[in-house]
Amino acid sequence: MLLKLTLNSLYARLLTVGMTVFAISLSLMLYMSVEKLRTSAYTSFTDTISQTDLIVGARTSSVQLLLYSVFRIGNATNNITWESYEDVIDRKEVAWSVPISLGDSHKGFRVMGTNNEFFKRYKFRGGQSIELEKGNNLDDLYDVIIGAGVAEKLNYSVETPLIVSHGLQSFSDHDDQPFRVSGILAKTGTPVDNTVIVSLEAIEAIHVDWSTGAKIPGQLTPVEEIRQMDLSPKNITAALIGVNSKLQIFQLQRWINEYPEESLSSILPGVALQELWRIVGVVENLLLGISVTVIFTTLIGMTAIIFSSLNERRREMAIWRAMGASPKVVIGLLMLEAFIISVMSIIVSTVMLFLTLYVLQPWIDNTYGILVNIETLAVKDIYIFMLFILSASLVSLIPAIRAYWFSINDGMTIKI
Amino acid sequence: MEKSNLNEKTIQINSVKFHWSNKSKFKLHIPELSVVKGEKVLLLGESGSGKTTLLSLICGFLAPLSGNIQLNEKLINNLSATKRDQYRSDNIGIIFQQFNLLPYANVIDNILLPLYFSKLRSANVSDQRETAISICQSLRLPEDVVNMKASELSVGQQQRVAVARALIGNPPLVIADEPTSSLDTDAQNIFLDLMFSQVASSNSTLLMVSHDKSLSSKFDRVIDMKNVSVKEQ
Repeated sequence: MLLKLTLNSLYARLLTVGMTVFAISLSLMLYMSVEKLRTSAYTSFTDTISQTDLIVGARTSSVQLLLYSVFRIGNATNNITWESYEDVIDRKEVAWSVPISLGDSHKGFRVMGTNNEFFKRYKFRGGQSIELEKGNNLDDLYDVIIGAGVAEKLNYSVETPLIVSHGLQSFSDHDDQPFRVSGILAKTGTPVDNTVIVSLEAIEAIHVDWSTGAKIPGQLTPVEEIRQMDLSPKNITAALIGVNSKLQIFQLQRWINEYPEESLSSILPGVALQELWRIVGVVENLLLGISVTVIFTTLIGMTAIIFSSLNERRREMAIWRAMGASPKVVIGLLMLEAFIISVMSIIVSTVMLFLTLYVLQPWIDNTYGILVNIETLAVKDIYIFMLFILSASLVSLIPAIRAYWFSINDGMTIKI
Repeated sequence: MEKSNLNEKTIQINSVKFHWSNKSKFKLHIPELSVVKGEKVLLLGESGSGKTTLLSLICGFLAPLSGNIQLNEKLINNLSATKRDQYRSDNIGIIFQQFNLLPYANVIDNILLPLYFSKLRSANVSDQRETAISICQSLRLPEDVVNMKASELSVGQQQRVAVARALIGNPPLVIADEPTSSLDTDAQNIFLDLMFSQVASSNSTLLMVSHDKSLSSKFDRVIDMKNVSVKEQ
């Protein structure tokens, strides 16, 4: 009967209660959205590269190696020789490898030299492969494949001609050797989207007349002649390595780090990503802070709303008391009401969140490269909901105790 | 007036004192007041004379600062607040000045509300819904109102539902706080007749508060607050 009458009472105040539920639902939805973005940003970040066991580069810190080899941020301290690379990949532990060569750019986008193995081996978001959305692989020496972000921002399509600039902020172009867009990659939400990919041989080709590190004045080797040259790479910037057995990762890593011919570093991408995330984690903490603040605000808001409805319900409380309801019942009624309001708010906010995410997910993914998971609620969300219901019921004790004192003082005199 | 036992007191008050705070000008002091079982008593008094405070003390909403209040020969002022609540629920039916029905609940749920809190009164009712309907019929409430919400009833209907709620489960004492104040004379008479017949059939004692002296003739006894309370400053 108590539950039935409480539900009837809530129904009788449909407009007020409805607005309360809506306000709390919006706050809860904001909390869940922030949490979803926070966890999705983390997942998208740590899933930038997956299924690669080691990244090898010149001796440097793990974060720096990760930054330039995966995120194309900053520069390599040094290159590694092709001989060293071959020594590494000749090890029995190595199952596959992808060499990459960095250093040049195109209109602010980094140019990366690699081979077609890159498209087969580079995985992201827990094992997704990069796919060509349009065009073909690198078949010709002067073919480039561009990421979705490059195509979109520069408005390039297949067959668009392209000139690679020397270095990152150089006024010198390799304009004697124009490239052609042979393919455009599908959106990945990773730095690949903003990368211009050429073959390792192409990197060698455009530097034929740059043997001293700068363009040799008056020297211009014809393209047809270059095509006949041996363009085998002599140096690379880094290499992605996959091993036959996960148990061999540390063994291979130690061997690489102790390689006597050249100073090399090998890092575990997962560990380095975690380290890097800790550096940028201040943003995560900020989002976490926002989430906690939102929940607190919601609870305070709900208490205020129950408080403001107390006058409206003073007569009701007096009736309950007159009929013999103990203080426990009066307090229990308001706690039950807070419980029902919080459960309704959770249901409404969850429905609103999933509808909103369903509509916005493609846009968030395309714009920010963050894939927001809309399939399920996280276990943590369930715990937060339970904690919210418990907290809501507890904070409703404050107005409930006030209501109890009202009902004692009102006694027979209630004439509202 | 027919009484089973003239010595059986439903209410016995001795040397009760109450005030809200030491600074309060209003101080209630009742040396002695008693109501015998089955009596219909009218408590008369002007506004501010302490009638409602006295009812609150009898109902156990308030506890006296000193003195004794006995209901059915049980001392209630020594009971804890929770036990007083339970005692009120088991033994007193209350009719408020403004009826105070739950507006969102239907007539039946309003009438049955006291039974939810009192096992004793609940035990007196074999079929709760049928009993509620039967009381409604005795109070000449139309049959179709029993499922209506209290907020949809007329003032007269609300009054009768309030009486039905006070009488369900046959509480030994019914307390009514100026229930006729908003009625004209004809309506007052009809209402009082209905209430008296129901109180009699429940074998309950009635203590009704009013400032309307013209009602005096309808009651077994009239107690004037002026005569029972001692003014203290």
